[in-house]
Amino acid sequence: MTLYAENPGAVPLAGGTDFMVAWNAGLFYVKTVLDLSRLESWKRIAETKTGARIGALVTHGEIQRHPRIRKRLPLLVEACATIGGQQIQVRGTLGGNIANASPAGDTFPPLAVYEARVRLRSAAGSRTLALRDVFTGVKKTALHDGELIEFIEIDFPRAPSRQIFRKVGTRAASAISKTVAAGLLWLSSDGRIREMRFALGSMAPTVRRLLAVEAFLAGKKPGPRVADEAADFLERDVSPIDDLRSTRAYRLAVSKNLLRDFLRT
Amino acid sequence: MASVGKSSRRKEGPEKLTGDARYIDDIPLERALHGVTLRSKVARGRIREIRFDSAFDWSSVVFATAADIPGENAVVLIEKDQPLLASREIHHLEEPILVLGHPDRAKAYEALERIEVVCDEEKPVFDMEEALAQGAVFKRFEILKGNLLGGFREADEIVLGEYRVPHQEQAYIEPNGVAAWEEPDGTLVVMGSLQCPYYVHKAMLGLFPRAPEKIRVIQTVTGGGFGGKEEYPNLIAGHAALLALKAKRPVKIVYDRAEDMRATTKRHPARIRHRTGVKKDGTIVAQDIDVLMDGGAYITLSPVVLSRGVLHASGPYECPNVRISGAVVKTNTPPNGAFRGFGAPQTLFAAEMQVEKIAARLGVDALVVRKKNLFREGSVTATGQVLKESVGAEAVLDRVIASSGYRRRKKACESWNRKRSAPSFRGVGLAAVFHGDGFTGSGEVYLQSRATVALCPDGGIEVEAASTEIGQGTTSILAAIAADALEIPYEWVRVSTPDTARVPNSGPTVASRTCMIVGGLLKRSAEALRRALERERVPWPPTPAALKRAARKLCANGRPFGFVQEYERPSDIKWDDQKYLGDAYGVYSYAAMLVEVEVDKLTYEVTVKDVVTAQDVGKAVNPLLVEGQIVGGTAQGMGYALLENAIYERGVMANASFTNYVIPTTLDLPDVRVEIVEEPYSLGPFGAKGVGELPMDVPAPAVAAALHHATGLFLPELPLLPERISKAMHDRHHRQR
Amino acid sequence: MIDITVNGKKRRYRGPAFKRLLDVLREDFGLTGTKEGCGEGECGACTVLLDGEPVNSCLVPVAQAEGASVETVESLGAATRLSPLQEAFLDRGAAQCGICTPGMLMTAVAHLRSGGSADPKSVRTALAGNLCRCTGYQHIVDAVVDAANRERKRSSRAR
Repeated sequence: MTLYAENPGAVPLAGGTDFMVAWNAGLFYVKTVLDLSRLESWKRIAETKTGARIGALVTHGEIQRHPRIRKRLPLLVEACATIGGQQIQVRGTLGGNIANASPAGDTFPPLAVYEARVRLRSAAGSRTLALRDVFTGVKKTALHDGELIEFIEIDFPRAPSRQIFRKVGTRAASAISKTVAAGLLWLSSDGRIREMRFALGSMAPTVRRLLAVEAFLAGKKPGPRVADEAADFLERDVSPIDDLRSTRAYRLAVSKNLLRDFLRT
Repeated sequence: MASVGKSSRRKEGPEKLTGDARYIDDIPLERALHGVTLRSKVARGRIREIRFDSAFDWSSVVFATAADIPGENAVVLIEKDQPLLASREIHHLEEPILVLGHPDRAKAYEALERIEVVCDEEKPVFDMEEALAQGAVFKRFEILKGNLLGGFREADEIVLGEYRVPHQEQAYIEPNGVAAWEEPDGTLVVMGSLQCPYYVHKAMLGLFPRAPEKIRVIQTVTGGGFGGKEEYPNLIAGHAALLALKAKRPVKIVYDRAEDMRATTKRHPARIRHRTGVKKDGTIVAQDIDVLMDGGAYITLSPVVLSRGVLHASGPYECPNVRISGAVVKTNTPPNGAFRGFGAPQTLFAAEMQVEKIAARLGVDALVVRKKNLFREGSVTATGQVLKESVGAEAVLDRVIASSGYRRRKKACESWNRKRSAPSFRGVGLAAVFHGDGFTGSGEVYLQSRATVALCPDGGIEVEAASTEIGQGTTSILAAIAADALEIPYEWVRVSTPDTARVPNSGPTVASRTCMIVGGLLKRSAEALRRALERERVPWPPTPAALKRAARKLCANGRPFGFVQEYERPSDIKWDDQKYLGDAYGVYSYAAMLVEVEVDKLTYEVTVKDVVTAQDVGKAVNPLLVEGQIVGGTAQGMGYALLENAIYERGVMANASFTNYVIPTTLDLPDVRVEIVEEPYSLGPFGAKGVGELPMDVPAPAVAAALHHATGLFLPELPLLPERISKAMHDRHHRQR
Repeated sequence: MIDITVNGKKRRYRGPAFKRLLDVLREDFGLTGTKEGCGEGECGACTVLLDGEPVNSCLVPVAQAEGASVETVESLGAATRLSPLQEAFLDRGAAQCGICTPGMLMTAVAHLRSGGSADPKSVRTALAGNLCRCTGYQHIVDAVVDAANRERKRSSRAR
C-alpha cells in the first residue's frame, strides 16, 4: 500500500486478462505497473459468520471450485464459468474484473443481487462500498488514487424460491455478453413475492438492479399477467445501446423475455 | 499396399505436433529489420504531403515509398490497377503508402505514429448499389440459355427473391507474414506464409525487374490460408522486398491481428436477385438471376470471383431458359479477394434459398422441387454444358435423406413446435450444391501447369510441384498419388518444399484443383518415370537399393531425373470465353446437407443440433483428410451462416479482432456426420475430383432452411443473427395483430 | 533478472520485466513452438501451462512467471518419440495447418492431467478457449477422447 501511495500513477495489475489486452493493442502506455500477484493473503476465500469474503485476487477458476461458494452463491459460480475459456478463468481475478468495470462484466449481476460489499484499502486506511456504489460509469470506478480492492464480502442469502443466471453472448463459449441477467426470488407461504432482486449487465454503462421492477413486484403473485406488467417497468432502470455486438432493440427484447420467463409461473 | 483410399498419417504431421514446424515468425533472420506499413486514414483522396515528426529519432529507420520501386508500381494480378504503395491517389482506408523498418519491432510501430499524411479528401463511395449507379463497374458477365420470355409464359407461379451476403474474414490463425532479402549474387529471396509462390514470383518480377532465376520465392509452413493468402501475399511480399532492397538488410513483416483483419482481402459481399418461373409440379422453367458483388477499391481477382459466382448462380438444377447477369463494382473499401468458395457460397446461398421460397409458394416440401430439377447425368447446365459423367448430385441428396431420417425428423420438429410450452422452436433444413473443380473455362489451359515426380540422386522419389500445404493435406495426397502410380510405399515419397528455385509452376493452390489437376500431372509423370526405370531394367515394384542404383546412372549430373508433365486440356472440353458458353469446368463435385436447429424462444439464439452431410469427391485419396476438409469447411460455413458479422464503418472493418469478429468455438458446433460419396471422374487421378471448397457452399442455406422450418421466418440475409430473428418475429407479430 | 523453470529446466531471463511470457519463450529462450495468433487472449494459440494450468502466454508479463514452472509443447515429445496424445492427434487428423496445435495440445494435457474425462462434451468445454479455423474441431476432440480413454485403460491396468 505504501508503494502505491508513493507511485499514485502506477496501474495495478492482477491477472492481466484485461490489462494485457489493452497493453498489447498499444492502447495505453504506462511507466509504472504495480504488480499485485504476490499478495498471497488476497488470494484466499474465507468464510465469515454470515457468508464469505473473497480476496480480490481469487481467480474465476478458484471461485468455481470452492464448495461453499458453489452451494450458497451458485449464480456467481455460473457467471465465472462463462468468462472466456479456461485460460482466462485461470488468470482472471474477481477484483480485477470489478476494477476494470466493464459494462459487460459477467460477475456483476450476480454480485449485485447478492448485494456484495467491496472493501477498499489504501495507505490511509480502509472503507467499504456497496457494489452499486463502486461503478460510476463505463470502465470507471469510485476508487480514489492509491486505493485497491482488497476483498469482496457477500452474506449468504436465505435459500431463494427460484434463481436465474443467464448470459446471452455472441457465441456459445468465450464470448462477450450482449445481455447478462441474474435474479433471486423469495415467495411467502401464500405464494406472494416477499422479495425479488434482478440485475442486468451490458444494458447500461454499469450493472443495474431493476429497482422499478422489484418495487412493482413486492407482494404480488407471479403469473403471466404480472410478468408482462413487470417487463414494462424494465426500461426504467436500463439504457441499452446499439454497438458492435448487438442492438438496443434486441437487448431489450431478450432481457424482457428473461424477466417474464422468471415470473411466468 | 495402396495409398490412395487410405487414411495415412499426414506427411508433415510430426513436426506440427512437436513445435518443430517453422512458420515465418519462427524463423530468426540475422540483422533483420521489422517492417511495418503506413496506411491511409482516409478512404478517398489525394496525398498532399507526408510529414515526419522531427522530435523522433529516425537514425535507425529505413523507409521506402513508391518512388523507390525500380520497376512498375503495380501489384500484378489480372490487371495492374493496384499500386504497391500509393503515391498520389488514395482509394481506400488502410491503403499502404509507405513501409518502414527498424531493428526493434516496438520502435517501428512507434515510428508509424510519428508520420502524418496530409490528404485532400474526396467523397468516398461505400455502397455497392451506389457504385453501380455511378457506373464504377470492374466487370460484367451475362449467361443466356434458351428463351427467357417464353419460359416465364409457361410458368404457373413466378417467385421473386432478394438475398444479401456480407464480407467474411478468412481468420486464419497465423496472420500474414513475409520476409525478404537480397543474396550476395543479386538473387531476391522472398519467404513467407503464402499459397502461390509463382504468383508472388510474377509480381516481384514486375516490381524488381531482373532475370526470373534471380527471384526466388519459398513457402514456409503456413498456418491457414483459405484464399486469404492467394493473392494478398503479392502485396506484403512486395513491401518486404522493397524495404529489404533499400535497407540492404533482410526485412520481415508480420501483421498483427487487427491490421490483418482491417487491411487484407475478404469474401466479396453480394446482392443476388432471383426471378423464377415454376410449374405447379415444381419444374423450374425460367430463371432470371442478377448478381451484384462489391470488389473493393481495386480489381484484384474480382472478375474471376464474379465468374464463378454467376456460373453457380442457378444452383445444381437444370432449367431450359436462363439469364444470369453479373456485375462487380468498385467501392472505396479495402479490395476483396479469394476466400474458399470464391463467389459460389454467395450465389449458392441465394439459389438454395430461392428453392425454399418456391417450395413454400407451391406448398410442397423443398425436397420435391430439388428432385424435380436436380442435375443428373446428361443434364445441361446454364452455359450449355452436358454433364457427361461423375454427377453425384442425386446420390448425395438421397444419402442425406436416408441417413438423417429427414421425413421423420421434420414431423418430430413440427410436433415439437405445436407445443406452446416448448422453450424453443425446432427445424430441419436441406441444401444441395455443386462446385466446379479447377479453373474456370480456359483457365487451366492459361495456367500451363507443370509438375514432376522425380528420382533424386540419393535414390529417393520426390514430388516437385508448386502446390502448397496450407493444412488441407497437399503433401500427403500428392505423395499418395505418386506412390500408387509407382507402386511404392507412401513413406518412400518425399514432397519438395514449394521453392521456385526447385519446383516447376504447377499453378496456384486454389480452386479445388490441387488433387485433380496437379495430382493428374503427377500421376502421368510418375508413370513416365516408371516406364523409363523399367527400360533401365529396374524390376517392379522396385527396392530402395534398385532405385539407388538407377539414380547413380540417371542422376549422374547431380540433378533429379524425371518427366515434367504439362497440363493438356481434355479434347472434349470446349469453352467460349466471349459468349461464356460451353464447358465451364471439367467436372463438378456435389454436396448435400441436412441441418437441425433449435431457436431459443427467449433469446432467439440458434443452436445447431445436428448436421448430416454427403459429399461426392470422385475418389477420396485420403478419407481422413477429406473428412477434415468437410468438417472444417462446414465450420466456416456455419460461421458464415450464424456468427460472422463483418461490420463496416466508414469503409473499413470496425470489429477487427477475435473478440468482436466471432468465429465458432468447440461449443458452437455439434459433430458432423460425414458420408463420402465417390462418383469417379475418368480424367481425375484414380477418379478424384476436388473437395477444398465444396463444403463451404452448403451450410448457410441449410441453416437458413432449417430456421425457416423452425420459425416460418424467411431470412434472406446473412448472418442469421439473433437480432435479425428477433426483429423479424416482432415485425411479424405486429403485422398479424 | 527473472528465473523460471521451463520444461523442467531452470532458465534465466534478463530484460524488461514487462515483456510478454510468449515473447520471452519464443525470442529469449528460442522455444518457437508456442504461437501468437491474436495478442488479445482470444485464440489460445499461445497457451502454455503455468504451474500446471493453461494460460494465454500473450497476457502474462514475464515478471509474474518468476519462480513458476512453465511447460510448452516442446516438453511433450520429439519427432522420434511422440507422446500418446501426439500420436492420437496424428492418427485422428487433428492437426491440419498446425498453428493452433501447440496451444490445443497444452490445454488437452491439462485436461488429461486433471482427471481427463473422455466425454466429448467435457473435452469440448475444456478446449473452448482454443480457436481452430481448419478442422472444425471434430478430429481434435476425437484425438483427446482417444487419449483420455487410453489413459483410463493404462491407469486401470496399473492398479
